[in-house]
Amino acid sequence: MAAPLELGDGTWHRVSPKQIGVEVTGSVLMALITGAAAVATYLLGLGFVALPLALMFVGSVVTAVLVPRRVRAYGYQLRDDDLLFRRGLLAQRFVSVPYGRMQLIDINRGPISRLLGLSELKFVTAAAATGVVIPGLPEDEAEGLRDRLVGLAESRRVGL
Amino acid sequence: MSTPEPSAAGAPEPRIAEAAEPATPAAPAAVGRLADGEWHRLHPATPLLRGGIAFVAILGVLVTNFRDRLVELAVGIEEEGDPFDFLLERGLLLPLLGGAILIIGIGILGFWLSWRFNRFRITDEVVDVRSGILFRTQRQARLDRIQGVNITRPLIPRLFGAARLEISVAGQDANVRLSYLRSDQVDGLRRDVLTLASGAKRGGTDEVDRVRSGLVQQRVDEFLAPELDPTEAEPDSIVRIPPGRLIGSIVLNEGTLVLILALAIGLPWALSNGAWYALIGAFPAVLGMASYVVNRFTRSLRYSIAGTPNGVRVGYGLLTTSNQTLPPGRIHAVAVRQPLLWRPAGWWTITINIANSSSSSNGGANPATTVLPVGTRDDVFRVLGLLLPELSAPEAAGVVATGLEGKGGDDGFVNAPARAVWLLPFSWRRTGFTLTRSTVLLRTGRIWRSLVIVPQARLQSVSLSQGPIRRALGVAGVHPHTVTGPVGTRLTAVGTAQAVEFFEDVAAAAVTSGEADTTHRWRAAGGVA
Repeated sequence: MAAPLELGDGTWHRVSPKQIGVEVTGSVLMALITGAAAVATYLLGLGFVALPLALMFVGSVVTAVLVPRRVRAYGYQLRDDDLLFRRGLLAQRFVSVPYGRMQLIDINRGPISRLLGLSELKFVTAAAATGVVIPGLPEDEAEGLRDRLVGLAESRRVGL
Repeated sequence: MSTPEPSAAGAPEPRIAEAAEPATPAAPAAVGRLADGEWHRLHPATPLLRGGIAFVAILGVLVTNFRDRLVELAVGIEEEGDPFDFLLERGLLLPLLGGAILIIGIGILGFWLSWRFNRFRITDEVVDVRSGILFRTQRQARLDRIQGVNITRPLIPRLFGAARLEISVAGQDANVRLSYLRSDQVDGLRRDVLTLASGAKRGGTDEVDRVRSGLVQQRVDEFLAPELDPTEAEPDSIVRIPPGRLIGSIVLNEGTLVLILALAIGLPWALSNGAWYALIGAFPAVLGMASYVVNRFTRSLRYSIAGTPNGVRVGYGLLTTSNQTLPPGRIHAVAVRQPLLWRPAGWWTITINIANSSSSSNGGANPATTVLPVGTRDDVFRVLGLLLPELSAPEAAGVVATGLEGKGGDDGFVNAPARAVWLLPFSWRRTGFTLTRSTVLLRTGRIWRSLVIVPQARLQSVSLSQGPIRRALGVAGVHPHTVTGPVGTRLTAVGTAQAVEFFEDVAAAAVTSGEADTTHRWRAAGGVA
């Protein structure tokens, strides 16, 4: 199989490893629920319900196992004129957003992220397809990055 | 944000134009009457046109139908004979009449107040609209963010000589709507708004006063007037759609053909077998199709498109007319498409993405994203020349022609490699891109041909993606992002190396073109004419 894509100068800012905890929690919860439900329905003799549930259980376990790799694949680079964002290892996605195109920047914190002191940064442009969300940033880094990007966007403000 | 005005709190207010706000910058009187920075009111018949007519009609129907019943209810006694005599006998006529007059009076007062409180002004920087009696709203739109100005004349207001002006601003339902205004002032107001928005200096745009030749004659003139005001644009649309081509384009549509076929087979079958119930099932589909066809036909019948100093103007509509001006640099993506059945006739259609998604659909007022319903190859080039003037250069025109009709291969476009055949079995030869000085061209589709043109200055961001299947095939997908609209800008697969190159080039071009772009004030000094 061909090598994965690589872009930019290769020095990516990575997200905090604690983000693994956030994403694993979700998958593990899902695995527990579907697993328990699969066993329960099987014991009740409802095999046709148990089968899809078991498949979902396997799916969540696989997702949970892959989480560390996926979290390590998040990355961003602040280049001269644009923000470069990457996501995914198996299915890769790179996005370049010129600083002047950023309309607003959100900081979100979910309950588990808040426990671990993490934030999620979301960039909004006029295009709905942009979809750049950097999860797992430590709070002070998220706020520093936001202030820096807002400043950059302000100094390079362009029309729509 | 909302600063209630002292005069609006109930104190008697001076007449319209004298109520100048002290904060209003004194503007030269040369500009048209409505765009002078002062507060103005809408057409006095606005409440009636907005729904008052329906209210009066319902009231009338109720009164005529339930007159006797109402009297019974009010008095509690059932009796034969004329209710008015009866009421007169009992001395109840006056109180009842008084009550009715009071209710009607309150209604009229409400309408009148809502009209009084609905005011707008247009200054050098913003359009400002205030409305509401109890719940006040104030809406301001910056002129340099205007995405288009739309004039709609629904049938009934059109008979009254009224029109609606809608100023589109980027964003969901962010339109500023002035309904209704006097029909003969609307075109002038739009020109003034666009002139102010363009960054040109005030003055030099004196309103051309119409010669008053009797009210009826004036209405008739307005009703028959060309879609585009001749003082505004070249009177001739650069594209004409003969009714025959319009009908042909509607018939030569996959959906229509399937329906006609189904009817041609199903009708004789149902008749011979006596299966009438089958026809009942088909009825809604036929009805829906018919209304779609009629709607599309009447909408496109008076289609026109022409260039004006302030942008492209597109007009539509037979009974309810609507025309929209798109200032330069407000078009985020253009798609030229050819459905399979149109290919023998050589017809194309053009749709665009604009940064304004109005979800309202009353009277077809939502901005038209179809700028050419059906046209020949020549029409396509003429319309593209208006929409994206930078493409009219001869060498660019050659690239566009290749993009439209090229079969693929080594023709100036960077196309998908042969191994992409697994993903795009028919169209891999034609799936490709090329970059001109100021645009990105994306070509797709073998059966349903399509060419998408994105001005680099409008690019919001760009993405590059590759999953396991595409990695195994050595291809990657690219997607320049624009604002949401009917035009999709995704390329499913091009060779990996070319995709990476495209990603970097487009990302750089988006930055440089974006910074060089001055179209938000398109006629300011140094801007594009």
